[in-house]
Amino acid sequence: MNTELTFQAGIKDVIPTLLGYIGVGLAYGIVAQTSHLSLLTVALLCLIVYAGAAQFAITTMLVSVSPITTIILSVFLINSRMILMSTSMAQYFKQESLKANIAIGTLLTDETFALGMNKASITNGKLNFKWFNATNLVAYFVWCIACLIGVLAGNLITDPQALGLDFAIISMFIGLLYLQMISDRRRKLSIQLSVVLVVLISFIIYGRFLNTEISLLLSVLTACLVGMVLEDEH
Amino acid sequence: MNINTYTLLTILGCGLVTWLSRVIPFILVKNFTVPRPVIRFLSFVPVAIMAALFIESVLSFKPGHWATIEWPQMLASIPAFATAIITKSLLMICIVGIISMAVIRYFNLGM
Repeated sequence: MNTELTFQAGIKDVIPTLLGYIGVGLAYGIVAQTSHLSLLTVALLCLIVYAGAAQFAITTMLVSVSPITTIILSVFLINSRMILMSTSMAQYFKQESLKANIAIGTLLTDETFALGMNKASITNGKLNFKWFNATNLVAYFVWCIACLIGVLAGNLITDPQALGLDFAIISMFIGLLYLQMISDRRRKLSIQLSVVLVVLISFIIYGRFLNTEISLLLSVLTACLVGMVLEDEH
Repeated sequence: MNINTYTLLTILGCGLVTWLSRVIPFILVKNFTVPRPVIRFLSFVPVAIMAALFIESVLSFKPGHWATIEWPQMLASIPAFATAIITKSLLMICIVGIISMAVIRYFNLGM
């Protein structure tokens, strides 16, 4: 990754993360196929909801015929971290038009958010619509195709996990987290490590009592607060 | 190719709440000035979110119990992390991660 912010650079920068989309997309398609979801249902889920963890949850709940309101509320909880990511990412797009902002937000995912933040730490806090839109569009396209191929190949591949493909996305977060911490020169490494530690400890404590999605969100909020306090003391 | 009303309404409803979560913050930030303390708070979000997503993948959470370690994921993270330090290349990290996981599952390590 370099400092270039063109459409082409966006396509180039998003390539490493595609393994993650392909791995999880295939796995999702296979799960959807074994849950007897039609190709059309999966296509609409990918195109309209476009969120990995939420799609898995919806599939499980559709199979058990849960009430629509319950499914929607669960999806909102799973994706509530989006609010935090969008608010954080929007700071970089204030100079862009409202239409551009809506376009970026519509296709924002965990992965493109992490990628964008990495890019921003390299470009000294600069991002633009062209670059981000390219990463978003490629990610969206690849995710949809991977899910559909998963449905079609569902009969052939019985155990997608055996190939280790599902780990692509976790590897990606390991990589992006590490690169983010070492490339952000505006902030001391010791403070970054403290933030990670606070996330770990508070996530475990909240997770003892609350559901995973709420615990994740609360641990992130706690860590951000602690980070602010620690930075004030330095 | 068929889809019933229940499935369609579910997809549309879920799509709507997800889209609003993604887009409303962009609209608000575009139109209002965000106070400085909030910006400082948000500047910690990337590292905190990425750490949380990673932790969610290597620990298994169940309300009412303490989290337990998912050993295959935890073990496969070690070579991936080492690759991050050595190469700083996202593609290499993913490839090493996938291979490590395939090997761990093949030999049933950490199960």
